[in-house]
Amino acid sequence: MKENSLWKDAFKRLVQDRMALASLVIVIVYSLVAILASMGLIASDWAKEVGASNLPPSIDHWFGTDIFGRDVFAKVVHGTQIAMSVGLFTSLIAIPIGVILGAVAGYFGGWVDDFITWLYTTFSSIPNIMLLISITMILGKGIFAVYIALGATSWVTLCRLIRGEVIKHKEREYVQAAGAIGGGHFRKLFLHILPNVTHIVIINTSLQFQFAIKSEVILSYLGLGVQGEPSWGTMIDDAKLELARGVWWQLAGATFAMFLVVLAFNLLGDALRDSLDPKLKGK
Amino acid sequence: MLKYIIRRLLYLIPVLLGVSFIIFVLFNLVSGDPTAVLLGKNATAKQMMELREQLGLNKPLFDQYLDVVKSAFTFDFGRSWATKQEISHMIIQGAYPSMALTVPAFVISTVLSLIVALVVAFYRGKGIDLFVRFLCIAGVSISALAYILFFQYFFAYKLGWFEISGFEFGFPDFVPYIALPAIIFILLSLGPDVRFFRTVILDEIYQDYVRTARAKGLGEIVVLLKHVLRNALIPIITYVVIQIPTLILGALLLENFFSIPGLGGITLNALNSSDFPVIKAMAILSSVLYIILSLVTDVLYTFADPRVKLK
Repeated sequence: MKENSLWKDAFKRLVQDRMALASLVIVIVYSLVAILASMGLIASDWAKEVGASNLPPSIDHWFGTDIFGRDVFAKVVHGTQIAMSVGLFTSLIAIPIGVILGAVAGYFGGWVDDFITWLYTTFSSIPNIMLLISITMILGKGIFAVYIALGATSWVTLCRLIRGEVIKHKEREYVQAAGAIGGGHFRKLFLHILPNVTHIVIINTSLQFQFAIKSEVILSYLGLGVQGEPSWGTMIDDAKLELARGVWWQLAGATFAMFLVVLAFNLLGDALRDSLDPKLKGK
Repeated sequence: MLKYIIRRLLYLIPVLLGVSFIIFVLFNLVSGDPTAVLLGKNATAKQMMELREQLGLNKPLFDQYLDVVKSAFTFDFGRSWATKQEISHMIIQGAYPSMALTVPAFVISTVLSLIVALVVAFYRGKGIDLFVRFLCIAGVSISALAYILFFQYFFAYKLGWFEISGFEFGFPDFVPYIALPAIIFILLSLGPDVRFFRTVILDEIYQDYVRTARAKGLGEIVVLLKHVLRNALIPIITYVVIQIPTLILGALLLENFFSIPGLGGITLNALNSSDFPVIKAMAILSSVLYIILSLVTDVLYTFADPRVKLK
């Protein structure tokens, strides 16, 4: 009989679910677009004037042109790079903090746990939007501040989840066995327990990505995000004034681009939860 | 019961000190010296010294931290840099329009979501359940900005059914102004709320006691309303009460788009004019509210589930 690991099994279940598979494809396409755009291979000429001002969508310009005659599609592609980078860097900040603090708190308990619990209770006591606004305002407007602000707010959920899961695992037989053959705390926690809770990180990251993308759009709309280059948020901000003149394509382009990827991350997160966490199946 | 509440109250102190500390670090340490910005480039050294004194910036850092903690209790936040008004006064003025918009919208959206969640839980796994689930996910995937822009453009500007923007004090004068933003608020809340309520209801629905209730011949509706809902109450209470601080903040974006002079508008104006004390005050105020309300939820738990207070 062929042996299937948890991951292989989960992957198989994931691709059998057509909706999840489609979401995965969308996420991969967006990631590729973002990578190519960041390497300057596509949409690097978004700032170039390619036609008359405010042209409606056509074969040449799929999403039309903006007030300066720039191609809206190229701006959407550039915005994809911004949005995905926000998801990526937020995760790179939040995952190490959330996982390490959560694991340490859950494993050691006692005053360490009390301290870390206090820390995340404190952070979660400041409403998200106020913390985001405060951090971006103080660090100075720009995409870097958005990374920090979102990273600083989003480790909390992950930390709480990991802590809870590690508490469940630390008394299990396999951990005791690892201890019995001489494994120290570090070995037990990072080599034995953590691999068994990684599914939480993966599910959470998928949902975290969509939250980061949505937040970036709002922060950029408020003028706190990227400066001097297009993001979906600044495009929607531009569209605010154009809509009354019947120029809808900039709004539609940015909204649709965002809708597709956020939907994909949402569906993927749900599908990952179903396939990696069998307890929750069918709920 | 009383012991439980006192223990919870004591736990608030370190959290409050922690929140004050984060706000102090952000606004007093990281943000740097604001006097140069405030006075413009022709400021003399003497003026800057005086302003620093006035703003309390030359005090020892520990005293500055204590000031932040104190303001969490007294709600005395000093004056705005931009309008020179008393911030507590600005907040009291802004609270009315904000709450006129958010409180009714919040109550309606919560009740409506709960009803929808119960209906889809009743028909779980069937077509309508799948349809509503997909609608919720699709709904939350569209930017809030797009909803607001489109609805304001279409229903207020194009069709003229609602006021495009503005506000008038006093009921029922404000109704035409808050109607459309309230509808958008409800629409925006439905997606996440229904999803959450549905999940917690379904968490309960597979429990043994539910099977017992069915086995003794109770109808599905009685089971849902009397047994399942009662037991799903704890996560529902948490979810609902914890949202209240954001209500008092006002629906930031909605107030901005519809020019409602509420707390959200105040916050965004402060943002645009780099009015740090106002943002700081809003951060402190909303955090204090959050902390108080998390205590309220803990107390409500004891009513929803008497086992809680024994722990």
